[in-house]
Amino acid sequence: MTTLLDREYSFFHKSLNMWSRLILLLAAVIVAAAVFFPLWKLHLIAPQYADGLDMQIYAYKIEGGGLNGNDLDEINLLNHYIGMKSIEQADFSEMQILPFMFGVFFLLAMRAAVFGEMKAVVDLFMVASYFGVFSIGAFYYRLYSYGHNLDPTAPMPTEPFTPLIFGTQKIANFTQSSYPELGTYLLWVFMALLLAAIWFSRRAKVSGL
Amino acid sequence: MKMIPKSLMTLAGVGACAAFLAGCGKPSSGSGSAGADAEITKNAVASYVPPGEKDEYYLFYSGGHSGQVFVAGIPSMRHITTIPVFSPYPGMGYGFDEKTKKLLGDYTWGDVHHPGLSQTKGDYDGRWLFVNDNANNRVARIDLRDFKTKEILGPIPNSMGNHGSSFVTENTEYILVATRFSVPLPKGTVADLEDYESKFNGMVSGIKVDPESGKMSVGWQILTPPFDWDLGSTGKGPSSGWAFWTSYNTEMAHDQLETNASQLDRDLAAVVNWRAAEQAVKDGKATEMNGVPILDPAKVPGVLYYVGIAKSPHGMDVDPTGEWIVAGGKLQPTTTVLNFAKIQKAIADEDFEGEFRGVPILNHDSVVEGEVPVGLGPLHTQYDGLGNAYTSLFIDSQVAKWKMPPWTDAEKKDLNSVVLDKIPVHYSIGHLVVAGSDTMHPYGKWLVAMNKLSKGRHLSVGPSQPEDSELIDITGQKMRTVYESFTEPEPHFAQILKADAIKPIEVYPKAENTDPNAIWTAEEAGQVRKGNEVVAKMTAIRSRFVPDRLEAKVGDTLTVHITNIEQSSDMIHGFGLVENNMNVVLDPGETRTLKVKLTKPGVYPYYCTNFCSALHQEMQGYLVVRNADAVIPDDEPVNPASLEAVPDTNAVDGEPAVPATSMPEVPKS
Ligand SMILES: [Cu+2]
Repeated sequence: MTTLLDREYSFFHKSLNMWSRLILLLAAVIVAAAVFFPLWKLHLIAPQYADGLDMQIYAYKIEGGGLNGNDLDEINLLNHYIGMKSIEQADFSEMQILPFMFGVFFLLAMRAAVFGEMKAVVDLFMVASYFGVFSIGAFYYRLYSYGHNLDPTAPMPTEPFTPLIFGTQKIANFTQSSYPELGTYLLWVFMALLLAAIWFSRRAKVSGL
Repeated sequence: MKMIPKSLMTLAGVGACAAFLAGCGKPSSGSGSAGADAEITKNAVASYVPPGEKDEYYLFYSGGHSGQVFVAGIPSMRHITTIPVFSPYPGMGYGFDEKTKKLLGDYTWGDVHHPGLSQTKGDYDGRWLFVNDNANNRVARIDLRDFKTKEILGPIPNSMGNHGSSFVTENTEYILVATRFSVPLPKGTVADLEDYESKFNGMVSGIKVDPESGKMSVGWQILTPPFDWDLGSTGKGPSSGWAFWTSYNTEMAHDQLETNASQLDRDLAAVVNWRAAEQAVKDGKATEMNGVPILDPAKVPGVLYYVGIAKSPHGMDVDPTGEWIVAGGKLQPTTTVLNFAKIQKAIADEDFEGEFRGVPILNHDSVVEGEVPVGLGPLHTQYDGLGNAYTSLFIDSQVAKWKMPPWTDAEKKDLNSVVLDKIPVHYSIGHLVVAGSDTMHPYGKWLVAMNKLSKGRHLSVGPSQPEDSELIDITGQKMRTVYESFTEPEPHFAQILKADAIKPIEVYPKAENTDPNAIWTAEEAGQVRKGNEVVAKMTAIRSRFVPDRLEAKVGDTLTVHITNIEQSSDMIHGFGLVENNMNVVLDPGETRTLKVKLTKPGVYPYYCTNFCSALHQEMQGYLVVRNADAVIPDDEPVNPASLEAVPDTNAVDGEPAVPATSMPEVPKS
């Protein structure tokens, strides 16, 4: 038992080798870049909207597709018929935190690269994982609330529903699909790079011993 | 108007029969011959545009006395839209709102003859389409960004019968127009018709076009004898800076023109140096009439020349190289081909055969390259840019294809030999158009014959018969008619534009809406009263008007500024006010203003006239017009109770979007 704890202790106190540090630098750049790309995309297709209506979710904004971003207004306009409340960027409080969190991940990755501590990388991985799961959950809750708080006096009463978070489904005349976008892929790469940084230094020597 | 004297109409009848008989000889689908079936299949495929696919070209037809422009696609010949210009068009609310009412002025019709696309360096630049009004002496400019009439200039001062129009110069410096009618000038002067020769005048006008905005103004005019100018075209390349018109009444007859204007073997055509005219005006050589600088060509040499053309000619078309000008003989079975280089030489050498009222007449034989025996009733000539000309033959009901100069000596000896092909059209063709013919680089490929008579080739629709348009493939040695369509009265001329030459907008961007009365949220909507003026600002969006209740009383003038706050393609709303003769149509992002004088008490529904959505029927409201003695205090906004109940799209959780107290003052603009 002691040995296991010792081993664990010593693992957390390993110094990162040059490979791991370089990988962490790359991870820092990638998580910073993820801010600038859409994380998720909702795509709606109907006979009248052959080109589809797009809504892209960024860390800090919601953007409609089409000319001058009009797709978002159009989606809201259509949603008002079923009494769904308007999707407004201001309602997404997490958008004030997300870019900040990405910045924190950037700094933590840089810090880990500079100081070269294994435990810093493991901490970062754990926090980022927790954050990722929480975000998906929050996103799901958003979609759930939009679909379940429908105005009962709306012109077209509709059974409450949850817009799909991942995949494709049919809602009335629309085929809705929802898939991650480049920003999310970058976050996954970021996570993978953290694991890689840990892996490459798994046999490195323990610092301070 | 029919451009042809009545005597020819009888001939036309004969021509039509002849063409019909010729048509009988042609294989028909019923013949069962494999060759005919193959031909039909080939033509069907050539003109077929499958559902969902788009045409390759725009066809802008003039709508004649309908006062409109029709837009069709080539090769399908499908009518796509109508652009209202000189006539009200309730389908687009044209002529109902204040802006388009002002555009129309005092007239409710016009006679659109010759559309002309704007050009840069002798090719279409896709910016504007200019059309003339033969009846009320106007020129209109349609913006091809949104296919809307933006400006109507006129009635042009000192100008009567704007038929020889609208001919666009190489870089759209001017729209050149000439008068079909002559009257004593300035307009409003009364003179005896017996004094036609001495007291009546025609006019050639340069309508200046602002290169940025397209705004038109009358630049200058050239006073002419009362010859009845007919049709013309502008020079390009070597003939840059020049323009040409035929006339059909050099006799200066003022009655029984059918006979009296058909006496001379040749009528005088005008050869105008418009750049020289522009310079002469700059040099102060003009006198003013009605604020327009007018040049007397007898006193300003070099601006105008004449050349005799056989006989009562109609079209006068410059070819894509700018070297040749072809005039259609109408009453003589030839086209006259003028050589511009020879015109230049004759002018330089003062090789004149006489003069008329101080203006030199060029020596006919020195400037004419040849008279091509194309057939009976040649009217207009178009070009494919490959050295071929296509002339419409009104009386023969045919299109003749012939070879342009330069000709070999053998060809010159017998110009019958340059006539390459003829094809029957149905019936009595007026104008024809080859894609891009009046540019330096025609697209060629297609020719549209605009036939004056359809004579029952369509399902019978009673005595008012449509016009007939035939699509002719000109890519081969032989012309091939591939499709036929019918149009409302009455295409005279047309322009064909490659579809990818323009990229029209489909919504008016909110950012570009500069209307001071535009509003974009329901919160800003409402009405205010000032004395007998009730002003409302309204939004239209799927599927409601805000406000959906207006309050007024008899004697009020109701002004409604409506903004369609949609930004989605094809989300058009109409505002029809029942029993008040009002229908305004709003494209996405557009603001329009309507005014109604209220004379009868009652409750008048208003509703969306342009089907917009599943709840389009529900898109309605009420105008309550109380008796004249109803007391409604000034400056106190009426707050329609219904406003409170209208959920705003942007409202959260059913919160009332429009609190009753938030009705804004309408700015006094
Ligand atoms: Cu509507």
